[in-house]
Amino acid sequence: MDTLENEVTPALQIGALRKAFGGLPATDNVSLEVMPGERRLIIGPNGAGKTTLFNLITGDLSPDAGTIRLFGEEVSRLRPHRRAHRGLARTYQIITLFPNDTLEHNIALSQLGLSRRRWNTFRALTDYADLYGEARRVLGRVGLEHLARRHISEVSYGEKRRVEIAMALAQNPRLLLLDEPLAGLSREERVGVTQLIAGITREVTVLLIEHDMDTALDLAERITVLHYGSVIVEGTRTEVVADPKTREVYLGDG
Amino acid sequence: MNRASWVVVAIALAVFPLVAGDFYVNLGSQIFVAAIFAASLNLLVGYGGLTSLGHASWIGLASYTSAWLFLKMGVGHMLSAPIALVGTTLVAGVFGWIALRATGLGFLMITLALSQVVWGTAYRWASVTNGDNGLTGLTRPAPFGINLDEAAAFYYFALAVTALSLWMMGKFVNSPFGAALRGTRDQPRRMSALGHDVWLIRWITFVYSAFWGAVAGLLYVYYNKYIHPTALSLTNSAEGLLGVIAGGSGTLAGPVVGAAIVVLMKNYVSAYIERWNMLLGFVFVAIVLFVPDGLVPGVRRLWTRWRTK
Repeated sequence: MDTLENEVTPALQIGALRKAFGGLPATDNVSLEVMPGERRLIIGPNGAGKTTLFNLITGDLSPDAGTIRLFGEEVSRLRPHRRAHRGLARTYQIITLFPNDTLEHNIALSQLGLSRRRWNTFRALTDYADLYGEARRVLGRVGLEHLARRHISEVSYGEKRRVEIAMALAQNPRLLLLDEPLAGLSREERVGVTQLIAGITREVTVLLIEHDMDTALDLAERITVLHYGSVIVEGTRTEVVADPKTREVYLGDG
Repeated sequence: MNRASWVVVAIALAVFPLVAGDFYVNLGSQIFVAAIFAASLNLLVGYGGLTSLGHASWIGLASYTSAWLFLKMGVGHMLSAPIALVGTTLVAGVFGWIALRATGLGFLMITLALSQVVWGTAYRWASVTNGDNGLTGLTRPAPFGINLDEAAAFYYFALAVTALSLWMMGKFVNSPFGAALRGTRDQPRRMSALGHDVWLIRWITFVYSAFWGAVAGLLYVYYNKYIHPTALSLTNSAEGLLGVIAGGSGTLAGPVVGAAIVVLMKNYVSAYIERWNMLLGFVFVAIVLFVPDGLVPGVRRLWTRWRTK
């Protein structure tokens, strides 16, 4: 590492992180550093602890030991909503939207999360025209502006995946965690969502979990391979693909 | 509802005491009290997804505070009413802090347990509450010198308070805060990931809901001029909950309709049918069978289906 890189505060710095469920380690002494603007792919077979790692970063789970630093600040004891206020946003592997509300309402809830307006108990939400205007603009970024007034339950699975990403983007995060954003999508939809992710500006640091390596490899410059909760390989795309340990645990022989 | 139907409802409510006898006017007043009570409980149950079985505590605490201040301290209504509201709301702050350690069944059981503590206290702390005899000899307030002892006068007073309460609660649920509250009901994890403080949202709602429960409590004690521990009982909490579910939880009009049904069953039908409780049971079974989401959403659904035919 050269000196210039040492001066930059990492967007995310995880040190010796541990989390066990009933004695079974799901995250076992994980340390990793993600630089601002980086695209990092986290891969690993089922049960490797990828989503657990995300849940530890967001605060849905609290670690047994270790540290999590967001832009230099230790956050491992902060509740999830406080971490969101520090620029952390995420999407879910299992779609977690508000199914009885419109797309624009979903986005509005996301924007409200970081706005002081969320404490207003008197003015009607529908009076905030700018909030919905902004929501439609964000939906436009993921190509769903024409469906803004539809309910989540009326749109397709692929469109819901895009709303997941739009909800995170609406918060203008500094660190974005994408948990299998391509899961369950058709080939054409994958191309669309991949382009969408590739188009996110470099002001946003992106941490991406993907199960399917074919498309995901193109999105990231650095890759971390998890296996049984531990980091076994980390490096550039070519390094990781060439590493025999990757082939062993992930690509397999089958 | 559109403007025209609002006007019709308003006129009907205003004219009612002019054409109906005192018995029916008093029934109307009781429906108003029950409506505020159910609507306030609905903030928690319907919009927050937190089912409480202890809401009668707020009726009881506000009633007892107001009655005790008047009888034992000689405090007038102008002062006792705000003290009762503030005191009840403060207790709700503590109860909410305890009960919201859990959600779902855990929350239900804690609210039940806490309200049973309050109920037991009202029974046993005879030096303050007069135990099983209850507190008697109370008066109704006379706002702006208007005597509320007349059935019609009290009806209009209760109508005004109910209109204000429902309007405020309507504002609450349609606000950004209300939207966030519904969000915490549907996807609490997602809401905290979005930056919403789920616990605080629930606690504020708990306290706000208790405040309007206390308003219902003041009306309750003014109407009855008497307070007994049964006001705090589980039955009373359950009747409120029944009203919310029967009318349609998570809607503004639902709890009002549901509360009206419960009051009518209890006070009107019981004059003709001795086993009114059984009839109430049948009515609820029918509601659950035919409109499981409650009368108001159910009827609305049937209405739109009929119109689009």
